[in-house]
Amino acid sequence: MGFKALGLDTFPAENASEAGKLLRQLTHESEEEYAIIYIEETFAQQLSSEIAKFKDSPSPAIILIPGREGSIGLGLQALHDAVERAVGTNILGD
Amino acid sequence: MAGTAIIPTRMVLNQLKGRLKTARRGHKLLKDKRDELMRQFMDVVRRNKMLRERVEEGLTEAFASLQVASSIMSPEMLEQALLYPRQSVELGMKYKNIMSVNVPVYSFQTKNNDPTEIYPYGFAQTSGELDDALEHMAKVFEDMLELAEVEKTMQLLAEEIEKTRRRVNALEYVMIPDLESNIKYITMKLEENENATKVRLLKVKEMVLQEAHNYKQ
Repeated sequence: MGFKALGLDTFPAENASEAGKLLRQLTHESEEEYAIIYIEETFAQQLSSEIAKFKDSPSPAIILIPGREGSIGLGLQALHDAVERAVGTNILGD
Repeated sequence: MAGTAIIPTRMVLNQLKGRLKTARRGHKLLKDKRDELMRQFMDVVRRNKMLRERVEEGLTEAFASLQVASSIMSPEMLEQALLYPRQSVELGMKYKNIMSVNVPVYSFQTKNNDPTEIYPYGFAQTSGELDDALEHMAKVFEDMLELAEVEKTMQLLAEEIEKTRRRVNALEYVMIPDLESNIKYITMKLEENENATKVRLLKVKEMVLQEAHNYKQ
């Protein structure tokens, strides 16, 4: 909600399926209009297959941010996944 | 795979030698590419980790202060205060080339350069906590933008590294050994043919001599 004041476009969603619908809308219909989409971790958890589709394309970037309840570590998990994918093992040591 | 449908001739041997040379060079180049990508990737990962931690911390703080603000103000008032933003963000995207991987670079411009413009409401009817919350968010947002850039870069690099690694391995463990064994097969076959010819010639010579001097009779 607060991000609206900063000049970002916000799309509120009540639950994950609504968020998924919005995500599809934002990525399909308005081609290239949004380069970065921030999505709350709690929703992203249930939309991982949707999000994974955009991992290898340069745009849009879908970035997970912690929600109101604080971080559940999904963002860091994505980082670990990428490292594992590139190196073959987790070399960050945690 | 040695022995499957390769014809042991000098022409094929030359072709294979050429291919082996190309494969070796490709392997070296790809290996260098992989190493450099990996170096860049590690930098990006470290930055990403740092940024993510900072963003998550900042956002938690911002949400906490927003929570405080919303508990002080009525929900209607809060919504009204934030309903119409005065600030707008224009996001530009360019591509940067890191080792032939196109990664996005974002540049963002706010419509108003005045940092106080993030408050889209009058101060009379809102609480100071809301100001705090927005200030936090504005600060976090810069990091968030950078995080987006770094995270996308990381993902794209990871994909490229994976691809390059596969290629390097395919060359190193499949292509090059195959070519080498094929070349060996052909050289041996040719040598064998040569020996056979030599022996045959010796034999023929013997026979011719025998006939000429009539040794047998």
